[in-house]
Amino acid sequence: MPRLTPDNTHRARDLIALYPRSRSALIPILHIAQEQDGYLTEEAMAHVAELLDLTPAEVRGTATFYDMFFTEPVGRYLVSICTNIACMLNGGYELLEHAESHLGVRAGATTPDGHFTLEEVECIALCGNAPCLTVNWRFFGDVTDERFDQLVADLRADRLEGSVPPHGTLCRVRREVGLEAGRAADAGGAS
Amino acid sequence: MTVSDAPKIVTRHVGNHESWTLAGYLASDGYQGLRKALSMAPEEIAEEVNKANLLGRGGAGFEAGRKWGMLRKAEPIYLVINGDESEPATFKDHMLIEQDPHQIIEGTLITAYAVRATQAFIFIRGEFALGLERMTSALNEAYAHGAVGRDVFGSGWSIDVVVHPGAGAYICGDETGLLESLEGKRGFPRIKPPYFPAAFGLYQAPTVVNNVETMSNIPWIVLHGGDTFASYGEGRSTGTRIFAVSGHVKRPGNYEVEMVKTTFRDLMYAPVYGAGIRGDRQLKAFIPGGASSYWFGPQHLDLPLDQDEVQKNGTMLGSGSIVAMDETTCMVRAAWRITRFFHKESCGQCTPCREGGGWLEKILARIEAGQGRESDLDLLMDACDNIAPGLTWPPRQTTICPLGPSIPSSIASAIRMFRDEFLVHVKEGACPHAD
Repeated sequence: MPRLTPDNTHRARDLIALYPRSRSALIPILHIAQEQDGYLTEEAMAHVAELLDLTPAEVRGTATFYDMFFTEPVGRYLVSICTNIACMLNGGYELLEHAESHLGVRAGATTPDGHFTLEEVECIALCGNAPCLTVNWRFFGDVTDERFDQLVADLRADRLEGSVPPHGTLCRVRREVGLEAGRAADAGGAS
Repeated sequence: MTVSDAPKIVTRHVGNHESWTLAGYLASDGYQGLRKALSMAPEEIAEEVNKANLLGRGGAGFEAGRKWGMLRKAEPIYLVINGDESEPATFKDHMLIEQDPHQIIEGTLITAYAVRATQAFIFIRGEFALGLERMTSALNEAYAHGAVGRDVFGSGWSIDVVVHPGAGAYICGDETGLLESLEGKRGFPRIKPPYFPAAFGLYQAPTVVNNVETMSNIPWIVLHGGDTFASYGEGRSTGTRIFAVSGHVKRPGNYEVEMVKTTFRDLMYAPVYGAGIRGDRQLKAFIPGGASSYWFGPQHLDLPLDQDEVQKNGTMLGSGSIVAMDETTCMVRAAWRITRFFHKESCGQCTPCREGGGWLEKILARIEAGQGRESDLDLLMDACDNIAPGLTWPPRQTTICPLGPSIPSSIASAIRMFRDEFLVHVKEGACPHAD
C-alpha cells in the first residue's frame, strides 16, 4: 500500500504553498490521496501527516469527519443515490430499491466483482432533476429505472470513461499558477 | 399571476454559448465591473453595495455591505466565498458555479478590493466535481487574463484567489464550520462569542464570509449602481433573487425573480416558473426556505417573496428553496426524512442536536411504520421544545450553531398543520399513504 507518488507529493507541496498555514491544504491533499488509491490508505494518510507536520491521528480525525473520504476500499464506481426531500417526493426511494435489486447489493455495500459500491446520500443539489444520483461525483438527473439500467450497462462496458473518471478523481483540472501577489502574512500563533 | 419585467442579474449569462469560459464571459461585459471598481475607492464600492441593500443569499439574509463594515481593523484580512451549498432542495449555487464561475470570481475580486483583503478563498462543495473543474479552469483563465494575481489590470493592486474543495459535510455551510474546515479540521462550528468572523475568522484574522450568489450580484451592482439594484424589489428585500423550486411542481428549476413583486403562487403556478402542481392535484403544503424552515400551507400562497414579511409569518426565505408537496404526500414521512437528514448531519458537539435529533427520527419512524402511540405527538413537541424553546422562528438557540434548532421546524409544522394525519397513522397502525 503506497505513500503518495513523487508526482502527487509534488502536487501536495504546490497546494501547501497556496495557504497561509499548511494544514489548510489537508483536505485538498486527501482528495489527491483518494484519487491515487481509490480510498485513503493508512500509508498515504501517514505520508500526508509527514508533509503537513501533523500526527496520523490528526489526519485521520479530519478525514473521517467527511462523507466523501473512504478509509476502506470501494468499488470502481461509487453510485450515490439521493433520497432527501425533493428526490423522495419524486421517487428517490423507489429508485434506490430498484438499484439495490438490479445490482444485487444493499445500500452501503459493494458488488462481489468490485465494480459498484451503492450508497444512499443526502441532497446533492440537483433537485430540479429529481430523482438524481452521482457516479464518482458525476451527476445524472431525471433517472428512471430504465435509465439506471442503461447507465450501469454503459459503466460495465467502459463506455463512459471520459465523463466518469475512476473513483477518487475529483478535479481533473490543475491550478496553473502559484501565488503571485505575495504570500499572505500569517495571523500568528499555532494552527 | 404576475411575472415582473425586472432584468435577470445573476443568471443573465446562463444559457449563453460556453458561459463558463473566459471567451463566453468576455462576450457579455465580463470583468467590466472589476475594471470599473478598480477606478473607484474601496469605500465607494462598499457604499454602492450598501445602497443596493444586498441581503446575503446564503440563508441568513444579513446585509452584505454591513458584514463588510464590521471587519476588525487588523491585518491580514481574508475573504472566503461559501459555495458549500447543501441545504436540502437548494440547487442554485450549484448552477451558478457550473454555469458562470467567472462571475463569481469577478464578484470575489471586487469584494476583495473593497474590503482590502489579503487573500481570497472560494470554498466549493466537494461533491460538485464539474463545478470544481470549471471554477479551477476559470481561475486559470482569469490569472492569464490579468484579472487576478500581481498588478490586476495594471492598477497596482494585487490579490490571489484559491479554489478550495470541501469533502462532504452539511455543517460546513455554517460559516464557522466552514472556516474550521478551511483550516484543515473537522467542520465543528465555533463556540460564540466571538459572534462574527468579521472580528475573528480564518486563523482568527478578520474575515468576510459571503455566499456564491451574493458574490454573483456584485459585478452588476458596480456596473449599474446600487440605486438601480434597489429600484427592484421593495423595502429591505431589494433586487432579484434565485428561487429553487422543486417537489411536485410541473416545471422544477431555478428561477430568478424580482423580490416582493413576486409571490409564492407565482413561483409555483406561473407557466414560466413552476407551472402548477403535477397531475393538477391540490397543493397540501410547501417548504418556503429550505429544510430548516417552518412550512406554509395553501393559505400562504399569495405572500410576497419578502424576507421580512415571511419572517412575520413565522418562517424564512432562507436559502431560497421552495418544495411543493401535493395532496398525496405523507406528512409524517416528509417530516421524518428531513429529521433524518439533520440527525445524520449533526456534528455531534451539542447534546440537544446529537441526541435529540436521533430520538425525534426514531419516534417519527415508528409512527410512520404504524407503531406509534398518541402520546408520541406530545413527546415529539416536547423534545422539539427542548431543542428550540418556544418553537418560534428565528429559533431560540440551545446549541453552538443553528443546525440543532432547525430540526423542530418540519416536525412542529407537520404536527400543527396535520395533527389528524399523525393520529390516523397511530389509530390505523399503518401509513394511510402507503401503496
